[in-house]
Amino acid sequence: MKVALFITCYNDTLFPEAGRAVVAVLERLGHTVEFPAGQTCCGQMHYNTGYQAEALPLLPRFVAQFRHAEAVVVPSSSCVTMMREHYPGMAQRLEKEHPGIVDEVASLLPRVWEFSEFLTKKLGLKDVGAYYPHRVTYHASCHGLRGLALGDGPETLLANVRGIDLVKLDKVEQCCGFGGTFAVKNAEVSSAMLAEKTTAVLNTRAECVTACDNSCLMHIGGALHRQRTGVQTVHIAEILAGDEA
Amino acid sequence: MSGGTALNPKTAPPFPIAATAMVGNTQLRKNVRHATDVIQAKRARVVGEMPDWQALRDAGSAVREHTIRNLPFYLEQFERNCTAAGGHVHWARDAAEARAIVVRLAQEAIARGRTAPSIAGRPAGEPQGTHPGAGEAADGVALQGEVIKIKSMTTEEIQLNRALESVGIHPYETDLAELIIQLGQDQPSHIVVPALHKNRQQIREIFLREMKLEHLGESPQDLADAARRFLREKFLRVETAISGANFLIAETGGVCVVESEGNGRMCLTLPKTLITLAGIDKVVPRFQDLEVLLQTLPRSATGERMNPYNSVWTGVGKGYAAGDGPEHFHVVLIDNGRTEVLADAEARQTLHCIRCGACQNACPVYRETGGHAYGSVYAGPIGAILTPQLLGMHYAQSLPYASSLCGACYEVCPVKINIPEVLVHLRGRVVEENTGGLKTITNPEAMAMKAAGAIFRSEGRFRAAQRLGRMGETPLERRDGQGQKWVSWLPGMLGGWTNVRDLRAMPQQTFREWWEERERKGAPAGEAG
Repeated sequence: MKVALFITCYNDTLFPEAGRAVVAVLERLGHTVEFPAGQTCCGQMHYNTGYQAEALPLLPRFVAQFRHAEAVVVPSSSCVTMMREHYPGMAQRLEKEHPGIVDEVASLLPRVWEFSEFLTKKLGLKDVGAYYPHRVTYHASCHGLRGLALGDGPETLLANVRGIDLVKLDKVEQCCGFGGTFAVKNAEVSSAMLAEKTTAVLNTRAECVTACDNSCLMHIGGALHRQRTGVQTVHIAEILAGDEA
Repeated sequence: MSGGTALNPKTAPPFPIAATAMVGNTQLRKNVRHATDVIQAKRARVVGEMPDWQALRDAGSAVREHTIRNLPFYLEQFERNCTAAGGHVHWARDAAEARAIVVRLAQEAIARGRTAPSIAGRPAGEPQGTHPGAGEAADGVALQGEVIKIKSMTTEEIQLNRALESVGIHPYETDLAELIIQLGQDQPSHIVVPALHKNRQQIREIFLREMKLEHLGESPQDLADAARRFLREKFLRVETAISGANFLIAETGGVCVVESEGNGRMCLTLPKTLITLAGIDKVVPRFQDLEVLLQTLPRSATGERMNPYNSVWTGVGKGYAAGDGPEHFHVVLIDNGRTEVLADAEARQTLHCIRCGACQNACPVYRETGGHAYGSVYAGPIGAILTPQLLGMHYAQSLPYASSLCGACYEVCPVKINIPEVLVHLRGRVVEENTGGLKTITNPEAMAMKAAGAIFRSEGRFRAAQRLGRMGETPLERRDGQGQKWVSWLPGMLGGWTNVRDLRAMPQQTFREWWEERERKGAPAGEAG
């Protein structure tokens, strides 16, 4: 299949290794990958902080980049949630200026997949032939858990990785406290929530914590590093890209 | 004994400031975490027993949506049927009107009590018992007296107790948690479990001090016994009661109150006058609608299959029922901002709320702060959307941001209010209020957001910003023991991040730069490094 990547603005800028791992997994599975260069941001930060007008122009840009894609893969459940929840409504507001955008968004959205969801739901895979000999715990980000209802898809993929020692995280359904600009606007509450999460992570004695979102991982990893715990954070794609060779 | 400064969104500090103080209160956080953990586990268990839980949520949502869409019709129907049954319906536009009506009704009831023998066969109004309020009734001028109260968040919303006290009427809370709050001169921190932030030891201390007891055990039984003795005397003496309402039934003109302790029922049946306050959003069309709501409300609220006490009463006692229940029955219907909420199509679903508090228990933000940080009797996720709408956004701009948008509140809501969706909508209204022309220029957040928006609208500007960010960040980067670069200090608004978290330094190559390099080299397959 020909897969177009929407790599997200923060992965592009801060976590390019997640994007490179997505490419590696998809190519190993025999798919052709393309990266439309005009892409920037899904608009979530603006939209969720109340700057909806600022987010609007990013939708026609997204549609223009991906309208012909067979499948769009995004290594972020947060950005995909933004698209599924808000793009239809945003398109309504843009229809006058951009006639036809409501229909275009309606036809494009079913082709947009979060990375692990693409593997499990679209391709029907449980095992992508990865090797990763580490003790790992999985953080189900709120957007993956509730926004996209990923269910046990990501954990199934991880459980089938050779060499992995996958351990359950206590209170896996509880938010890590990132919440985009929430982490800065309500820094104290955010860090209290984060402390509960890092305690749960440390209790697993895992070497690394993984998730389908680098945003949560940036938050959790930042605290784990500040506390000098030595626990690493890796995007799920980096684990699934692991090779024995 | 009247309670401290009421929670008032108009004077409350912004959420981040109030929350910071709460986060520092480890005893309070421990109490709140423990209580919410217990209630959530109970809720999950009894919800899990229901094979049709999602269908019940859909049904509850449909009932509420239909009602709110046709609110004027059902309110008028309620008024007609309530009046026909011997009740009196009063309409209050705002808190002040509601307070004035209730105070007048209470004064009239107390005056009636002075001219007629009481149910207990004693001349009413004469000082009884040993507590303060009762002995001071005879100054001959003001109509001093007492009322008993059933737990009601609506009376807290309009700060009724203070209004009653200001004319010499002392209200006694009879709900156990509300009694704890009142005796402790505290404020409710949860809509269903108002004293959830207090532990047993703290409650014991309040009872010892305020009930003037010499001995009191520590078990829940001991505390319940003390409360029972304290309240029984009030039930038997006070002839006027004030209640809230869980539901108003349009079809019959009846009022429904659900509770756990039976103290509410004592207030509904013993006093001669009953004054019920309810927001206009509390109406449901039919008696049959309770079938759905009385399955979902207790399970969501306290993790019980059914409330121990479910009372529905209609009008006044007549015929065989004379002498059982109130002789005088009033319902005060309060708008207090609700019509404004109704007018906002995207936020209207806020009014579907049946006040179960499940969103509070599920909310990770509430869990860390307790209810007082929200500056309103409505705390947690529902408070974060309700308070700014009832009061006007101007007074509570920080509340729509008091959420990480994790969606746990939406998941547990028995009537499927999409709270995150409403939060985001209200954030848009906050930004609208704070931007435009000069307001934007003097608002650092708005300036940053506008700049970022401009960057994302152009691929070229985005690339340039990535390069600039890398350069700007370089002086702040430090290598750790593993040789990785991290940032431990950021200036200004972003300092909130680096207070407790490090930030990994920006890598030397963005994904798109890597991709372009790879394309130039001729796309090697499967390279992840």
